[in-house]
Amino acid sequence: MKAPDFDYHRAETLEAALALMAEEDAFALAGGQSLMPMMNLRLTAPEALVDLNAVDGLAGVRIEDQRLTIGAMTRYAALEASGEVAEHAPLVSTALPYIAHPAIRNRGTIGGSCALADPAAEMPALLLALGAEVHLQNVKGARSVAADEFFLGLYETAREDDELVVAIQLPVASKRQRIGFHEITRRHGDYAMAGCAIVATEDLSEVRIAFFAVSDRAVRARAAEAALAGTSGGKAELENAVAALSEIDFAGDMNASTHTKRHLAGVALRRAWAEVMA
Amino acid sequence: MSKMQSVSLTVNGEAVTATVSVRKHLVDFLREDLGLTGSHVGCEHGVCGACTLEVNGAMVRGCLMLAVQADGATVTTVEGLADSGRSDAIRAAFAERNALQCGYCTPGMLASALEYVEAGGTADRDAIRAHLSGNYCRCTGYQSIVEAISDVISGEVDA
Ligand SMILES: Cc1cc2nc3c(=O)[nH]c(=O)nc-3n(C[C@H](O)[C@H](O)[C@H](O)COP(=O)(O)OP(=O)(O)OC[C@H]3O[C@@H](n4cnc5c(N)ncnc54)[C@H](O)[C@@H]3O)c2cc1C
Ligand code: FES
Ligand code: FES
Repeated sequence: MKAPDFDYHRAETLEAALALMAEEDAFALAGGQSLMPMMNLRLTAPEALVDLNAVDGLAGVRIEDQRLTIGAMTRYAALEASGEVAEHAPLVSTALPYIAHPAIRNRGTIGGSCALADPAAEMPALLLALGAEVHLQNVKGARSVAADEFFLGLYETAREDDELVVAIQLPVASKRQRIGFHEITRRHGDYAMAGCAIVATEDLSEVRIAFFAVSDRAVRARAAEAALAGTSGGKAELENAVAALSEIDFAGDMNASTHTKRHLAGVALRRAWAEVMA
Repeated sequence: MSKMQSVSLTVNGEAVTATVSVRKHLVDFLREDLGLTGSHVGCEHGVCGACTLEVNGAMVRGCLMLAVQADGATVTTVEGLADSGRSDAIRAAFAERNALQCGYCTPGMLASALEYVEAGGTADRDAIRAHLSGNYCRCTGYQSIVEAISDVISGEVDA
């Protein structure tokens, strides 16, 4: 199908984009890799689109004060090619090839994935595992929200309608950071049926575990983290962590029942943890 | 007023200026307004890959980009890839290996295959399959397409 009618505005500065967002029912258009399908399927019908693709300064990666700042309009393909991301956020580099397909990664953006909050998307879970901050801005001002407080439900975030995601900030990874990532899909590039991302310190004193595609949003698994943090991370502790996943509010979808999701989360955790320990 | 906009872009090396409805996606514009019917439209939600074409040097879904967003861009369709000779080897390999039957997926397959080959991809079948994961073919079963791409990379095609 074709998209319904809308007004189109191409913003060239952040100020212009924010002013347009303040108008009623304007949607930001980033990579369009989720918004355009939703419009073509007539699942959504915004009155106006504010195209961010020509806005100066919204894309790119930079390092400041031990933080990696990624502009909202940075495309997956640019993140994949970035040496800085590979060095300072290896979890992101590891996970990127699993996000959709090359042609989608050539357009899709980190800010778009974050604003959309698809429960099956990889990026929100990566941001939870990494302890990221989401930088938001509207005409009135700027604020930042921890990833832990940003993803609130099915396609629901802490972002107000007139706010733009302008950047994502991550702590720079220490050289000895341990990571694990695993997702279960039917075919490469498909949305996952269940996925797990883990970040741990070298001595396992701190462990952060996040899941995607198992609930109505990306979720931290705090009881599982507690079961593994400060241990030697052996088989018994891992099985305790798997048992602790009952803390998650599992939700089935058209591919798998709630029960299957619960099972697949355990499988994903065991496989991701094997990478942490490798 | 903002529902129709004027665009200027380069399509297959030629400058084009047109007034487009802002809700029209790039492939419909190329097919209906410019008569370039090489790019196909399958699903219009990014899943099948039949509309894959090159915009500013990157292969993208033509159905997920608005024509108005291509203002100022350089667009190359399957016709342009053939005219410039860029797709000669891959087209020869597709013919040799019978890598198309109905041909519906072929423009997008060629675009994705070319992106892989030009980026220096290896003849490793799993890597080729991973790169083509977003392009559906309902006829060939993919094997012949993977063989054709692998032939081009290992230099087994003359074009
Ligand atoms: C075939 C296919 C397969 C896919 N597979 C996967 C997959 O496996 N994993 C995955 O994670 N994703 C997948 N995607 C989705 C893809 O990753 C999208 O690119 C991503 O979800 C959204 O990013 P975008 O830049 O394209 O955003 P858009 O589609 O442009 O926007 C998405 C939403 O966010 C809003 N928005 C965008 N940017 C901002 C901003 N800066 N501030 C405020 N609001 C904003 C928009 O208004 C819209 O509501 C797939 C898509 C397709 C078509
Ligand atoms: S028509 Fe564009 S991906 Fe199917
Ligand atoms: S040749 Fe028919 S869809 Fe691929």
